[in-house]
Amino acid sequence: MIRLEQLCKHYRLGGETVQALDHVDLNISAGEYLSVMGPSGSGKSTLLNMLGLLDTPDSGSYWLNGTEITALSEDARAAERNRHVGFVFQAYHLIDRLNARENIELPLVLIGTPPAQRREKVNALLRRLGLERHAEHRPNQLSGGQRQRVAIARAVIRRPALLLADEPTGNLDSHSGQDVITLLEELNDEGITLVMVTHDARMGQRARRRLWMQDGTLLRDEQDARR
Amino acid sequence: MLGADLLRFNLRLLTGQWFRTLMILLATAVGVAAVLLLTGMGEGARRFVLDEFNLLGNDVLIILPGRKETTGGIPPLTGEGTRDLTLADAEAVLGLPGVQAVAPLIVGLAQVEAEGRNRELVVVGTSTELFRMRQLEAGQGQILPDTPLDRAEPVCVIGSKVKQALFEQQPALGQWLRTGDRRCRVIGVLDARGVSLGTDLSDAVLIPVASAQQLFNTQGLFRLFVQVRHIDLVDTLKPAILDLVQARHQGERDITLITQDSLLGVFDDILQLLTLAVGAIAAISLVVAGILIMNITLISVSQRTPEIGLLKALGASERQVHRIFLSEALMMTFIGAMLGVLLGYGLLLGGHWIWPQFPVSVPLWALLGAILLANSVALIFAWLPARKAARLPPVLALKGETDA
Repeated sequence: MIRLEQLCKHYRLGGETVQALDHVDLNISAGEYLSVMGPSGSGKSTLLNMLGLLDTPDSGSYWLNGTEITALSEDARAAERNRHVGFVFQAYHLIDRLNARENIELPLVLIGTPPAQRREKVNALLRRLGLERHAEHRPNQLSGGQRQRVAIARAVIRRPALLLADEPTGNLDSHSGQDVITLLEELNDEGITLVMVTHDARMGQRARRRLWMQDGTLLRDEQDARR
Repeated sequence: MLGADLLRFNLRLLTGQWFRTLMILLATAVGVAAVLLLTGMGEGARRFVLDEFNLLGNDVLIILPGRKETTGGIPPLTGEGTRDLTLADAEAVLGLPGVQAVAPLIVGLAQVEAEGRNRELVVVGTSTELFRMRQLEAGQGQILPDTPLDRAEPVCVIGSKVKQALFEQQPALGQWLRTGDRRCRVIGVLDARGVSLGTDLSDAVLIPVASAQQLFNTQGLFRLFVQVRHIDLVDTLKPAILDLVQARHQGERDITLITQDSLLGVFDDILQLLTLAVGAIAAISLVVAGILIMNITLISVSQRTPEIGLLKALGASERQVHRIFLSEALMMTFIGAMLGVLLGYGLLLGGHWIWPQFPVSVPLWALLGAILLANSVALIFAWLPARKAARLPPVLALKGETDA
């Protein structure tokens, strides 16, 4: 599903050039469960942003579902993001003035889905995540775990093929962190491709395929035999 | 994004930051209200003047003694003739076919005395025809009697202010006045509404024209109003009157003929221009509001940087983000403009209520122009900040950084 070839990206940080991705080659097939680990500044977040079309590479190519992404216009990449990619962030990134339902339906609102259809989809998802009672609550009325679950609901409302999670449990206590991981894994079991960036080796070990990064290169690529 | 959703999304934003919203609404409303108020007042002034002048009617010609070469512009209001325009001239003009009536006018200042009080007042010598032409009516008593022009009846009609000044609450009808060295009996008091053609007749004493000739010791008329039988006759009568007076004045064409149309035209132009000018001055406040909108939108962009990153991550294109921020500014100004319209009309109606004589009406071009200007100012000034938001790189925006 995903193929990266010789992908490079560098940043200038305070006059110094940082090679965030250094000729990275990577293949990910549909339904995989990947964790990306490594020290800070190793380029794992950059890799995630590349996969999510939020960032453009300096050189190299990226095929997503057979489409060469680097050739697409900004508009087209936005449309691809909306259709195929869901994001889960460490800081949730919920909009404070909107309630849970409105946050979840935002991707549908952006593509102009009529309210009746939106309601149906959001209700189904709320039931599934046990958030029915919180549909009208604002983010500041929810616990951290609940917020992250709302964020996950928003990420999967368009039924994307690819779910990208950047430290999804970083701001949570171990109990709610466990809940969130379980939810993400459930979604993966249903066929969604899950890529998770994490610091936590224990969390990382749960994934069937584990990538270690350092200085913008893939250090190690471990894959469990069992499927 | 559906229009309704965009509206709801923005509304959440506006109500969420009510103080900021209030400030912009206020700025826009004040700007729009100022335009409406000033143009409304200018237009009111124009109507007021036109209404006053219109009392004379379009079928009235005004003859001034003396001749001035005019090449457009304001016709001379004071004549400088060598030969007087006399009552005999007036009678002759009345004899022309198509002339309905003539009303001579002599104006001067004289000492007026009654009940031991002494005032220097405007004394107007005229005839009963003037009352009809200018739609003047007596509040008490009667108007000047319909007598031959050359009869100096010892009667007068006084303005309402004159009545107050000389008689206070005492009945004035039938009392004797001394104007200069002549005495006359008060037969009528004009009703309160007395301003006409720039002269406040409520402050004047009206006497028969022949009496005024004796009082001021002159044969010459100040003006002669000529009412024609039908408005279509005005153009044919003009040369006829000029020829007639020329023949009577030993071949000198020493009068000036004006119609109130030409007078009105000039006033209309001036006042229209004035209205436009004050409207334009008020419009500056709208531009100031625009700069405020730009600042607020810029602040909004930097405050909502992570949100912009999020929207982009969720699949909003540059165009969509641009539209979201623009529509936010537009919505705010539109609501502000509507408030301004309400405020402006409210103040104008309040003013009209306090001072009913003054007609208020906002010209349609000012109303539409103000709303349109407010919205285009918002569009122009919010354009740049909105583009800045749209071009934010999503990765940095998510981290809350605005600079690439």
